Amino acid sequence: MAAEGKVKLLGCWASPFSRRVEMALKLKNIPYEYLEEALPNKSPLLLELNPVHKKVPVLVHNDKILPESHLILEYIDQTWKNNPILPLDPYEKAMARFWAKFVDEQILTVGFRSLVKAEKGRDVAIEEAREMFAFLEKEVTGKNYFGGKTIGFVDMVAGSIIPFCLAQLWEGMRIDVIPEEKFPELNRWIKNLKDIESVRECIPDREKQIEHMMKVSERYRSA
Amino acid sequence: MADEVILLDFWPSPFGVRARIALREKGVEFEYREENLRDKSPLLLQMNPVHKKIPVLIHNGKPVCESMNVVQYIDEVWSDQNPLLPSNPYQRAQARFWVDFIDTKVFEPADKIWSTKGEVQEKAKKEYIEALKILETELGDKTFFGGDTFGFVDIAMTGYYMWFEASEKCGNFSIEPECPILMASAKRCLQRDSVVKSLPDPEKIVEFAFKIRKIYCV
Repeated sequence: MAAEGKVKLLGCWASPFSRRVEMALKLKNIPYEYLEEALPNKSPLLLELNPVHKKVPVLVHNDKILPESHLILEYIDQTWKNNPILPLDPYEKAMARFWAKFVDEQILTVGFRSLVKAEKGRDVAIEEAREMFAFLEKEVTGKNYFGGKTIGFVDMVAGSIIPFCLAQLWEGMRIDVIPEEKFPELNRWIKNLKDIESVRECIPDREKQIEHMMKVSERYRSA
Repeated sequence: MADEVILLDFWPSPFGVRARIALREKGVEFEYREENLRDKSPLLLQMNPVHKKIPVLIHNGKPVCESMNVVQYIDEVWSDQNPLLPSNPYQRAQARFWVDFIDTKVFEPADKIWSTKGEVQEKAKKEYIEALKILETELGDKTFFGGDTFGFVDIAMTGYYMWFEASEKCGNFSIEPECPILMASAKRCLQRDSVVKSLPDPEKIVEFAFKIRKIYCV
């Protein structure tokens, strides 16, 4: 049974956090109104809807306001029951939450922050990144997706960040952090992801994303 | 079928205590195993190879890591009593939002209060109080963050409530005058049976805090 009411998403084309929410909305065939935030300027609406963190994405469902992509994904999954994103089993659910957090914390750190700063040199940064990616390689081995036969929570979190955000940073830096010969399973997973319509519709333009990631990394490096 | 529940933990940890409280709220029998964090057991390294941190809940041989993930798992497995999270999806999201807030905006300055001094510590104290005041506004006139019942957000905060005295002594400041309403809720939480059974002696935490402070500040 579909939940009632209007859905609005405040997002940013370049943000993997807002794109993953769009993946979920599209997967579940939930109609929504998309409002683009022209970041880094923050609109009065964003500041009103997310006064604590002032970040996208923010989902508005009727009178309910939800910030933070992981919370939004879980809310969507609990409210619209078709095409489930999270497993039903509590242990599998705990594992999904664990890996999603790992991606947004450890992978984002090694895949972006440490690489861009490269305090011990770029080669060391790449090796340290690969140590973290090795955990994900193991986790997706033998499966079509992190979610198993169909995409799920971890696929949306990792899928919005790794192939369609970090990969563009690496391309701009002319490095390959997860080459196919070292990470065959992750590369296979990326190919599988592109077969999914709700994912394909959320992939940003490659050139635009490379340009954007170069700007973001420059800002981060000089901060 | 009898459940085997093991908790790998470290006695002063504000994160470990959350798991202990949740298990006791649900009346779950468990085996507590103290970890020496300077000499981590092979079991801990095997059960949490990614982070190598406590708490780790091992339920019938399967590990669950990260304190609030553990608490949520406990709530979902032993769902027949004392629900720790609301059943309504929006209220669940709100509870988790506040726990994420606590684990960033309270955690980061709290960590600096006991491990730094001078200007860095002063700045941390200010940020810590600011974060507590935001939480106090969210608490409002409710008995607990969840309303009438002790729940998810209260469990998360109890880890910090147990460190209040140590933070105050390390930072030479007082929390109650700044956040009297939050403090009143804290006192209610600290009197709960599951909490009393799970918390170490507050004096031992103060002693521990000063011991590690020496290591960091010397």
